[in-house]
Amino acid sequence: MISPLLVTRGLTRRFGGLKAVDAVDFTLMPGEIRAVIGPNGAGKTTFVGMVCGRVPPSAGTILFDGADITEMPPHRRVRLGIAYTFQITSVFPNLSVYDNVALAVQRGGGGDMRANVMAALEKVGLAGRAAMQAGQLAYGHQRLLEIAMGLALKPRLLILDEPTQGLSDAEIEGFVDLVRTVAENATVLLIEHNMPLVMQLAQRITVLDAGRVLAEGTPDEIRADAAVQAAYLGTAEQAA
Amino acid sequence: MSGQDRPAKIYALHLAVLVVLFALNFVLPAYYHGLMARILVLAVFAMGYNILFGYAGLLSLGHAMFFAAGLYGAGLAVVHLGLGVPLAFLSGLACGAVLSLAVGALALRTAGVAFMIVTMMFAQVFALSLIYFARWTGGDQGLVVPQPARILTFGAAAFDLTDPTVRYMAALVLFAVALFVTLALARSRHGRVLAAIRENEERTRMLGYDTFANKLAAVVVSGTISAAAGAAFALLFGYVGAAFAGVQYSILPLLWVLLGGAATTLGPLLGTLVMYAVTDTASSFTSAWLLIVGVVLILLVLFFPKGVLGTLRARWLGWLP
Repeated sequence: MISPLLVTRGLTRRFGGLKAVDAVDFTLMPGEIRAVIGPNGAGKTTFVGMVCGRVPPSAGTILFDGADITEMPPHRRVRLGIAYTFQITSVFPNLSVYDNVALAVQRGGGGDMRANVMAALEKVGLAGRAAMQAGQLAYGHQRLLEIAMGLALKPRLLILDEPTQGLSDAEIEGFVDLVRTVAENATVLLIEHNMPLVMQLAQRITVLDAGRVLAEGTPDEIRADAAVQAAYLGTAEQAA
Repeated sequence: MSGQDRPAKIYALHLAVLVVLFALNFVLPAYYHGLMARILVLAVFAMGYNILFGYAGLLSLGHAMFFAAGLYGAGLAVVHLGLGVPLAFLSGLACGAVLSLAVGALALRTAGVAFMIVTMMFAQVFALSLIYFARWTGGDQGLVVPQPARILTFGAAAFDLTDPTVRYMAALVLFAVALFVTLALARSRHGRVLAAIRENEERTRMLGYDTFANKLAAVVVSGTISAAAGAAFALLFGYVGAAFAGVQYSILPLLWVLLGGAATTLGPLLGTLVMYAVTDTASSFTSAWLLIVGVVLILLVLFFPKGVLGTLRARWLGWLP
């Protein structure tokens, strides 16, 4: 039996009186592509923020590969193999595209630095822009650079927080292929609003609503779930 | 290490600067020769400041304490302990390293404006302590490092650091070492991490870097280089005084670096040089020289917002380190 890569038990985060995330039990198996969906304010970003260490939990535990990482500072979680790409594009604008990725590559020791950086840029199709300043890239390309940085960390768990926000349809298509390639070597946790994309990519979906897990299952099960439809998906036609 | 790397060109430029500085030793008239030796030492101070401010993006308003730690660390070691030049210099370095480690560990709990205030307060405490312990430090008056103690001996060879040429060469050697340390750092992986912290600390942390440890390392390197300048100043110019721990000596390196170009290897030298040139020229024909210095600074900020070399790099010379 394969042991889960990520487990959370009773994970809770309060902001004042508001429970942004409320006692979430969550299990993620290695190699999975999992989507977390839910309406705005459902606690998705807070939830993954606790997993990667940006947000300290109010209660509960987080286990990564069997080890308790609840108290571990974020930079050490990255070294364990948890990579997070930001919801708001967060590249280093005044550094070159090359240097942005090199920062991720050298974290893992580097090896052949140039080859590894260029390989990561190649995967997202930015190899030709290595010398450009990251701030001068088009928005969609900055999103791709962000993902290249995540990939270059060679993570075991890649958390993508609304990666396709602001991408064109053509760019989204390329993105789907990219995530499938990534999933050959890593587990992917995807927060996404784009429902057709989620249905197409995810093997399993977790639906959060008001900080709680509302439903969990395969895309077909989620599509058929009445509670999910009421909370989030709207009518069946829209979901399809 | 970036996409457009030009190592040969970069090293050639830095060597050329050192050659020019070496040649100046033989052509400068006595007054400017002495002034230039002083500028070289203070440029090392500016380079130390630049590592923290330019590369790591941390604005300290207390760097005078690190300069003074080197100054007193070396000066007091000669005056009270009778140490020779090399040990006194090392004593200055050690004082700077220890002080910057302690101050960094505390001050880095803050960021931004709070960091500026905390470093400034530490420097004030340090400066006032120097005056308070007048029995050892000479208080306001400071101390003179006696001429016989300022002789560096290597076996049979003796170098009198009060001799203008020896002094100039010693300052140049220190400058060259600091220059190549800065250059190596700027081009190293650690330099890239510091630049990343300057650009976006949160993102750097989420790439797996312990940003606190990296910033602390930058404070210690920066403080130790500043202390090296202070120690050299005590040994080369023979005076140790509390004025060097005052707030203006925390502001000056900031001005020098801003003028020359933050996060450029040669900017600190250029900034120090320009500032001294303007001050010297202006004060030679008017007592209102501060006014002229102010006007020149405003013009430079208007036309060279990133400093002279920073602006050159942004517009034309992208390869400049």
